[in-house]
Amino acid sequence: MSKVIKNGRIVNDDWQILTVAEGEEAAALSVPAGRVIVPLATWLARRDELAARGDVGVWFAGNEGPEALADDIGRVAVIAVSFPKFVDGRGYSTAALLRTRYGYTGQLIAFGEVLRDQFNYLTRCGFDTLQPREGRYTDAQFDAAIASLDDYTEPYQASVLHPQPLFRRIARAGVKA
Amino acid sequence: MYRYDAYDQKLVDERVAQFRDQMRRHLAGELSDDEFRPVRLQNGLYIQRHAPMYRISIPYGHLASRQLRKLAYLARTYDKGYLHFTTRQNVQFNWAPLEVIPEICAELATVQLHSIQTSGNCIRNFTSDPFAGVAGDELIDPRPWAEILRQWATFHPEFAYLPRKFKIAVNGAKEDRAVIQVHDIGLDLKKNEAGEIGFRILVGGGLGRTPIIGREIEAFIPWQHIITYCEAILRVYNRYGRRDNSFKARIKILVSALGIDEFRWQVREEWAHVKDGPNTLTVDEVHRVADFFDDPAYEALPADDVGYHHHIAEDLAFASWVKRNVRAHKKPGYASVVLSLKKPGVAPGDITSDQLDLVADWADRFSFGEARVTHEQNLVLADVRKSELYTLWQLARKAGLATPNIGLLTDIICCPGGDFCSLANAKSIPIAAAIQERFDDLDYLHDIGDIEINISGCMNACGHHHVGHIGILGVDKNGEEWYQVTLGGSQGNHATIGKVIGPSFARAEMPDVISEIIETYIEERHEDELFIDTVRRIGLEPFKTRVYADRQPHRKVANV
Repeated sequence: MSKVIKNGRIVNDDWQILTVAEGEEAAALSVPAGRVIVPLATWLARRDELAARGDVGVWFAGNEGPEALADDIGRVAVIAVSFPKFVDGRGYSTAALLRTRYGYTGQLIAFGEVLRDQFNYLTRCGFDTLQPREGRYTDAQFDAAIASLDDYTEPYQASVLHPQPLFRRIARAGVKA
Repeated sequence: MYRYDAYDQKLVDERVAQFRDQMRRHLAGELSDDEFRPVRLQNGLYIQRHAPMYRISIPYGHLASRQLRKLAYLARTYDKGYLHFTTRQNVQFNWAPLEVIPEICAELATVQLHSIQTSGNCIRNFTSDPFAGVAGDELIDPRPWAEILRQWATFHPEFAYLPRKFKIAVNGAKEDRAVIQVHDIGLDLKKNEAGEIGFRILVGGGLGRTPIIGREIEAFIPWQHIITYCEAILRVYNRYGRRDNSFKARIKILVSALGIDEFRWQVREEWAHVKDGPNTLTVDEVHRVADFFDDPAYEALPADDVGYHHHIAEDLAFASWVKRNVRAHKKPGYASVVLSLKKPGVAPGDITSDQLDLVADWADRFSFGEARVTHEQNLVLADVRKSELYTLWQLARKAGLATPNIGLLTDIICCPGGDFCSLANAKSIPIAAAIQERFDDLDYLHDIGDIEINISGCMNACGHHHVGHIGILGVDKNGEEWYQVTLGGSQGNHATIGKVIGPSFARAEMPDVISEIIETYIEERHEDELFIDTVRRIGLEPFKTRVYADRQPHRKVANV
């Protein structure tokens, strides 16, 4: 069980994220029963077997993009994106592409080095679930961190959360106002 | 100039609240140094040698008088009573304590200023032509476009953690005064044959460790698509730019590695998906923003002012200032004035609070309440009546802001260097001071004529030394400060990267080295030939021969 922020609320999530140990073959990864999220390479090697289960998701490493999963978007139970470092911004593009180009509408988890200072940008790029590293925040800090989701309430540009840019969302006052 | 509506203001206010809380958590130990670093950088806050350096954004270099006064007040209250204008039209504090920075942010927000994205691996301040709207060679006013793009880039959720910093400049005149060729994206406003507005787009230019002139990725992209096209470039860069080595992480390295044709292909592939999407610009939005940049209420004036010409004839000092510091204006009877922040003895780009207050007063009295910052680190009053130039000059002279040296050797572009910056390998301000001191004869300076000297205290090239006619780069050699000299760099439409003349020099040698370079030029030049043209004609050899003639056998070699 991991404590996560899902759709703006703190909940316990039971997805288990599997990683490949050093020297281990991704294709040969032992995938236990239950709700699990496997590395992209594992999924690609055993897609039919895993898709048939209905409770297997896929996670992307920082250097992996959604192109590889294009044909399976409707078959995965969940998608997660790893943030190996919080300054590694590739995952933002991965999320935006999954939502806007590949039509993914299911649960999208950001995990790893996920900090409250990035919550607003992460959700605007399409993540609905934020999973900071285990133990990064105390319970009280985690509760307080919810506020960061709303750091910016009316952003300028179009994003997954605001499909229209500000200049299309509202009639902005001009110089004569 | 652009004025915030409730939405702009709310975003800036929300930023203040966010940063205040981040500072609180950092000071309380909840946000580690590593976690705080990108947060503070994206708020313009560096940890420096003596105190934090705090950089405030001045979008495309425009400042209103009340903003100038606020900066003056803040420098007096929180700093040591002076500020430093940078080569990207921004302004920096050097001594404000860390914990008061959120208070300064809050103060800035009250006058529509901020420090958002002035550092960090994100899209930085948009720079442009300091003479936008008043230059005679302007084709299209770049400011509305810079403002529209500024809004798009501000708090962009996808591009806040890029591989490296990202700088965009916009030019709309025949002569490029925004150095677009050495930016990550350079935008050149154009009209096509049908008279429609669009952009020629350069990509992958930059200075720093690997200086490269930007390459053309598109000859013409219609204005409606400029945001989606930039978004496509940024997305390709965010996904595929190198993150393993910060020295190889700028977009120029990606463009070079792929080749411009392959990079263009990837961008177009991405653009095909986002083109015509919601970020496509609308006529209404462009008009809304462009209206803020309409001409001020110019008076109908005669082209010439008798009193002005009389003063030029009677007062040699005034005439010399007019020659260097006053520029032609598109409207009859008006001129643009450059206030020099290059007075010998003062660090280039520095200005005191008292001087800032005076500039604010002059902006109100003479120039519709506005001033501009140039990337050469001077200030501009863009709309002054010719009939008032003499009065303004007298006031500026009294305030130490009328050194008649714009474009001359002492108008040195210089980063803060090792005196302030923790990235620097060497000091830069004392080099500038020593050169200014050496060339203190105004007649000689005028005889030397147009020349640009740029000094950077390290590879990061904040002083743009690669594009200086004479570039000086501080290098570290076993803990000692040495200086490498390049010749033949230039900005403008035909920007070039200067070439290193040879082994570097000790600090004390630098005034002599510059003197010898200048003497070589004086001896070799044709009549009316500018320094840069002589360098281009005769090459580096005569300069090298002269400079190294007496030095070579005795000196330590400090190649870096």
